[in-house]
Amino acid sequence: MGLKQNLHNFKVKNRDKKWLPGFNALFTFLYTPNETTHGGTHIKAADDLKRTMNTVIIALVPCLIFGMFNAGYQHYLAQGLIDSADGFLGASFWTWDNLVIGLWKVLPLVIVSYGVGLAVEFVFAIIKGHEVEEGYLVTGMLVPLIVPVDIPLWMLAVAVIFGVVIGKEVFGGTGMNILNPALTIRAFLFFAYPTWMSGDKVWVHGAVERDAAIAAGENLDAISGETLLGYYAKSGQELTIAGTDTVTTYGERAADLYSFWDMFWGIIPGSVGETSKFLIIIGGLFLIFTKIGSWRIMLSTVIGALVMGLIFNGVVDAGWIGESSKFYGLMSVPFWQHLIIGSILFGAVYMATDPVTASQTNKGKWIYGFLIGFISIMIRVFNPAYPEGVFLAILLMNVFAPTIDHYVVQGNVKKRMKRLKAKVA
Amino acid sequence: MAKDSRLILDPLTDNNPITIQVLGICSALAITAELEASIVMSISVLFVMGVGNVVISLMRNIIPSKIRIIAQLIVVATLVIIVDLVLKAFAYELSKTLSVFVGLIITNCIIMGRFEAFALGNGPWRSFLDGIGNALGYGIILVIVGFFRELLGSGTLLGIPVLGDPIEKTGLYATGYENNGFMLLSPMALIVVGIIIWVQRTRNKALIED
Repeated sequence: MGLKQNLHNFKVKNRDKKWLPGFNALFTFLYTPNETTHGGTHIKAADDLKRTMNTVIIALVPCLIFGMFNAGYQHYLAQGLIDSADGFLGASFWTWDNLVIGLWKVLPLVIVSYGVGLAVEFVFAIIKGHEVEEGYLVTGMLVPLIVPVDIPLWMLAVAVIFGVVIGKEVFGGTGMNILNPALTIRAFLFFAYPTWMSGDKVWVHGAVERDAAIAAGENLDAISGETLLGYYAKSGQELTIAGTDTVTTYGERAADLYSFWDMFWGIIPGSVGETSKFLIIIGGLFLIFTKIGSWRIMLSTVIGALVMGLIFNGVVDAGWIGESSKFYGLMSVPFWQHLIIGSILFGAVYMATDPVTASQTNKGKWIYGFLIGFISIMIRVFNPAYPEGVFLAILLMNVFAPTIDHYVVQGNVKKRMKRLKAKVA
Repeated sequence: MAKDSRLILDPLTDNNPITIQVLGICSALAITAELEASIVMSISVLFVMGVGNVVISLMRNIIPSKIRIIAQLIVVATLVIIVDLVLKAFAYELSKTLSVFVGLIITNCIIMGRFEAFALGNGPWRSFLDGIGNALGYGIILVIVGFFRELLGSGTLLGIPVLGDPIEKTGLYATGYENNGFMLLSPMALIVVGIIIWVQRTRNKALIED
């Protein structure tokens, strides 16, 4: 008797035990169960929930690996220990040293995210007496990618419990949730512990500790790992560039802080996995190719962002807003550059396309995506308190997705009614 | 009389104005960031409801039913102004924290609801018990929400630090613990109320509506 048969016998023997769903979940990771349904009509398809989830995870893995290297790279670069990599294949980027820092900082995030999240899923499955749902597989992977690298692990754990319970389980578990759980977790962190989710320290590993050391009297230079949006948010304030006497403003500094290609390849500070636009585009194409992600949502989000960017550019060109305005910096960014700043692409590809919380109808997907892009850029420009508005925009549209669907369906019903009446008459 | 005691006890548990009838949510979200404000708010509502129910009950036979809402509003407004002035005189800081929400007791659905549903049809003593019971039911939820929000949001209870000093990093803060800023925002109050409702209905399945 093989291991599989032993496990199966074990399962049959403990059929009535409360913890059996927990066992089943682990069992089906290893083996396809023996029992099949008999009778009735079935559709046989390979793309079950687990397969779908795994495809998304495969699309995310490049971002995660890149994020690990980037964590180390930003750490050493900020300390002045290595030279700038100058591009995707720069000599100082893909090094063991960088990867070690990345593994040291990012892997615990992944482990905590999965460990805590799956524990909550198991507890709920056992209480409610159903099988463990696979819903957390993708969320658990997304969470470490959308938080700053230096976030304390206990905060992440608290947020994951909150996000999974309040964002998902109270609505009835996987497939029933209104809000994207990963973004619920990020929103919780953002509002609960703002000092760890924004500012110029948390994006680079070591910057916070360095500040503590300086406060303790050690003679070191402070590390600043501000994101581009962070600079723009403080547009009007004065800034002294480290090591020089040059005084400028945050807004002016932002304009020549990172080159286009740095932002495109992703070798800039930011949340762990969202910096590399190149890998996100690859992942997005992979999702479209495997028909897991909706290309309509991705495309319409991008269009929405571009339209909002164009409107802002138009306002600047028309001279309606002066250079002294705190909105001037971000408004004057060329509209297409909004796509490579911040996490709009990551949100469009991996977050907005979540099949549970997005609109279900094709027309609805266009509206839903367009508004996400549109509102994201609006929040980004108008609200300096939220340097990045993508997650808020997606959560907002998650709430409205059923409404959009309702009106799309009703509109269709009305149209067909009219056609029917015309035919009868 | 057994029935009279139910007038007080029911609103505390299985007929709670906040968690079961889902009334008076607005003030429950707005002023529960601090335990002290929650307690003062509860006492204010207790006074307004106890006295108001008795007054309405005494007048129930002389109020023409067409203008009863206006009559009720005058009674409750008078009482609320008394509360407001007392707070301004003896607890000025607190009255600033509570700001408009003392005035908004006038529009608290629980009060108008009890006037309409109970005081207009019952004698003064029973109306008094009903008012006290519902105000206590409202208050107990406010105090629970206020307790958790102040403890987790500011690390204090009634303004006294109980978890250590967040700036000097003593007590629990020495381990890296930090206050949860989300707790101080109103959405979290709604979630805390939601969790109380969840726990209550899990314990007593009869409360679950379809």
